[in-house]
Amino acid sequence: MLHLVNKSPFERNTLDACLKRAAPGSAILLYEDGVYAALSGTSVADKVAKATNAFDVYVLGPDLSARGFEPAALIEGVQTVDYDRFVDLTVEKRGVQSWL
Amino acid sequence: MTDATEASGGTSVTKRFLYVNRKAPYGTVYAIEVLEMILIAAMFEQDVHVAFLDDGVYQLRKGQTPAVLEMKDFSKTYRALEDYGVEKIYLEKESMEERGLTADDLVIPAAVLERKDMISLMDSMDVVLSA
Repeated sequence: MLHLVNKSPFERNTLDACLKRAAPGSAILLYEDGVYAALSGTSVADKVAKATNAFDVYVLGPDLSARGFEPAALIEGVQTVDYDRFVDLTVEKRGVQSWL
Repeated sequence: MTDATEASGGTSVTKRFLYVNRKAPYGTVYAIEVLEMILIAAMFEQDVHVAFLDDGVYQLRKGQTPAVLEMKDFSKTYRALEDYGVEKIYLEKESMEERGLTADDLVIPAAVLERKDMISLMDSMDVVLSA
């Protein structure tokens, strides 16, 4: 399963809801305002760093750069993807679950 | 017609659909919209599952009186789901406990799953639609 989170972890609880319910080995893609969860130096960074041990955590590059951040600002273990790779992941992971 | 795929001319495959409800009723339009999607899916004879987690468990609370807000009481519709062949309805135990709800507080006799079982259920689905 590919889990999708598109809200800021500082405004909504969708990231926590996802982390509590994603099966081990699942993939999690952070996009739109969800990309703020992928940045180092925040109050949620430890939680997300830990999540990279249990899940494949991805962030959508265009949404990250649109908000003024470079891949260098990411938590170690979070992988950047482009739109094509996003589409590939939805196929590879056989289904998506959005956390709204 | 046995399923949507056959209707479009492909091979017959019944998919496991899961509708995930995480929002309380009335404050937003999500709950009633998902309920309408479930009724539509049931008409297409898919293998429909419905899960209630987080604030979604409030949707099944007994004794709702939205008429006082001039809103429709769609909580009664959950009782009709069985007549549409939708019988796989699950609530997450931890979400109920966080909110002080017990099985006696609900409009229907839904199955209460521990989070670990809810995780397996959600991971086993072909299509997950959330709100």
